[in-house]
Amino acid sequence: MVATETSSNNKLLRIENLKLYFNITQGEVQAVDGVDFELDNNSSVVILGESGCGKSSLAKAILRLLPRNAGKYEGKVYFGGQDVMKLDDEAFRRNVRWVGMSMVPQAALNSLNPVLRIGDQVAEPVVVHHGLKKDEAWRMASQMFRHVGVPDDFLIRYPFELSGGMRQRAAIAMALVTLPNLIILDEPTSALDLLTQANIFNVLKRLKDEFGISYILITHDIATSSELAQNVAVMYAGQMVEISDAKRFFEKPLHPYAQKLMASVPRLHGDAELEFITGQPPSLLKPPTGCRFKDRCPSRFEKCDDEPPVFNQDGIKVRCWLYEENA
Amino acid sequence: MTEEVEVLAEVNPEDQKRASDNVLVVNDLKVWFELRRFGFGRAGYVHAVDGVNFTLQRGEAIAIVGESGCGKTSLMKTILGLNEITDGSIFYNDMELNKMDSKTLRWFRSSQIGYVQQDPYGALPPFMNIQTILEEPLVVGGMKDGDQRNKRVRKVMREVRLIPADDYLNKFPHQISGGQQQRVVIARALIQEPEIIVADEPVSMLDASVRVEVLKLMRNLQEQHNISFIYITHDLSTVRYFSEYIFVMYAGRIAEKAKQHDLLNNPKHPYTYALLTATSEPDYENSLGFREVPPGEPPSLVKPPLGCRFHPRCKWAIAGVCDTEEPPDFHIEEGHEAACWLYDERYETPEFSY
Repeated sequence: MVATETSSNNKLLRIENLKLYFNITQGEVQAVDGVDFELDNNSSVVILGESGCGKSSLAKAILRLLPRNAGKYEGKVYFGGQDVMKLDDEAFRRNVRWVGMSMVPQAALNSLNPVLRIGDQVAEPVVVHHGLKKDEAWRMASQMFRHVGVPDDFLIRYPFELSGGMRQRAAIAMALVTLPNLIILDEPTSALDLLTQANIFNVLKRLKDEFGISYILITHDIATSSELAQNVAVMYAGQMVEISDAKRFFEKPLHPYAQKLMASVPRLHGDAELEFITGQPPSLLKPPTGCRFKDRCPSRFEKCDDEPPVFNQDGIKVRCWLYEENA
Repeated sequence: MTEEVEVLAEVNPEDQKRASDNVLVVNDLKVWFELRRFGFGRAGYVHAVDGVNFTLQRGEAIAIVGESGCGKTSLMKTILGLNEITDGSIFYNDMELNKMDSKTLRWFRSSQIGYVQQDPYGALPPFMNIQTILEEPLVVGGMKDGDQRNKRVRKVMREVRLIPADDYLNKFPHQISGGQQQRVVIARALIQEPEIIVADEPVSMLDASVRVEVLKLMRNLQEQHNISFIYITHDLSTVRYFSEYIFVMYAGRIAEKAKQHDLLNNPKHPYTYALLTATSEPDYENSLGFREVPPGEPPSLVKPPLGCRFHPRCKWAIAGVCDTEEPPDFHIEEGHEAACWLYDERYETPEFSY
């Protein structure tokens, strides 16, 4: 674990004005464009957004898993009070990635190496980062397997011998095996069946209580995201448009985009008519000036042509001119 | 046929759908796949569909709900005429599917039934533009007149709201968004004006905001053209906006069938109950507790459990009954049946608190 030299505040993660751009032949994709948020110890935040809004890029930017075409990469990331953006790549790999925070990638099913035994893959981070011997690492791995609810004789199996739910659990065990403080979950259950999904969320909740882990859950599935939400951050076109606590968010979101998103969630009961958002999200190559949601927004007015700042509405941060006078 | 339906509609719109004839009748359908060891020698069968009965009426939308591996895709492929029927029968307008000659089968597949795939990008050939993609079924169907084809393509594009058509006709699938790709797939399924459309998880790959739009579009088209629709999904929450009837499938069998409202509000089969309690709705309180999930995983379809196939995971299982005897469909109320021994008069029925 990273030495948590707790500074004045007790935040596990604090991100300030984080930017990650990608260079492509047509220009610069502004995938993450000035994101700020904070996360407490043993807490969780859900990052919601449509595909292409930059939410997976945000995860990559936090973990510094940059693809080769990454361009501008700046901002501040404080992890356990330490500004990890100042570390060089080797120090980051040694002290932060997988030691302090780890990740369960999107489609974790396919992130396992098909020609290695599950046990070797789950034990590898402990060998690399904690310098344990292989048999000790395997013991750690089998312990983690019990925590996530996989029988430990599965350690000697190969990925193809496991069902989707079991593979997903193995991927979670792999993220957990070094006992990090923070796990980033990128669409952890989107490829899984309903009952398996509910099972995985039960596992994640239990791990949070047992180990005091914090989560960043990245998803577009609003309904299941509420299973793990203490805080909710809504991302649109590379920016955070609303950061709120889950209680108030699921009752009544503030930003027009978040409201529309909530109204599009199918529900089992009740008569609420489903709505959808017309139009498409803007290109991140040349994001529109002013508010990025204005072309699809039902409550657009003159002010929206100017870039909205973040207004603080009783602790909820919302990037929308509608909340100006209350600021 | 359509005239008849219209006349009936005047008589009693409520009973119209019940009174009209069946488009599709599935009788005790079994689809088994042979398992071979080392290329020869039979090692057993995968009982993908094992005794399924249902009827689909004209203009009716039904949903088949189940987890992956429950046989719902095999069932759908069999209806499309893509799998061989092991036992039982499928009737399409009084014609038996496995007795059709190759020409009739081809006519059935190309013009009587449409198919909406799960992954729109994978379902569209990347080297064809939208015009060619939409025209192809017509060419195969024998429409020789180019103008007529063009008219038909434009009409169907208007229906799925890809307007103006000229903006799209020359584009390739990768140049349009996921929602638009799915509309092209729907347009392609519609273009021959089929009687039945089978949609296999049509919205699961789409974003939440687009999902609703596509669902509503399909529902409108279904009602407008009086098409019979089979909607296959694992997501109970979207079913409500789409279908009149819901069939819940588990391990190759239908566990429960009921009208949409009855099934969602008054589930009778323990498996349906488990699915409903595991479905999340956006609510802050979800994060405070754990969800009730039945233990274990769906059984292997090579050797499905004896008796009720859900009994190893069911907390209400009755020893000596559920694990030995196969439950028949018990009648619960009008249009509501559950294959569960709990509804036999010999046993006590638990109350599902739902």
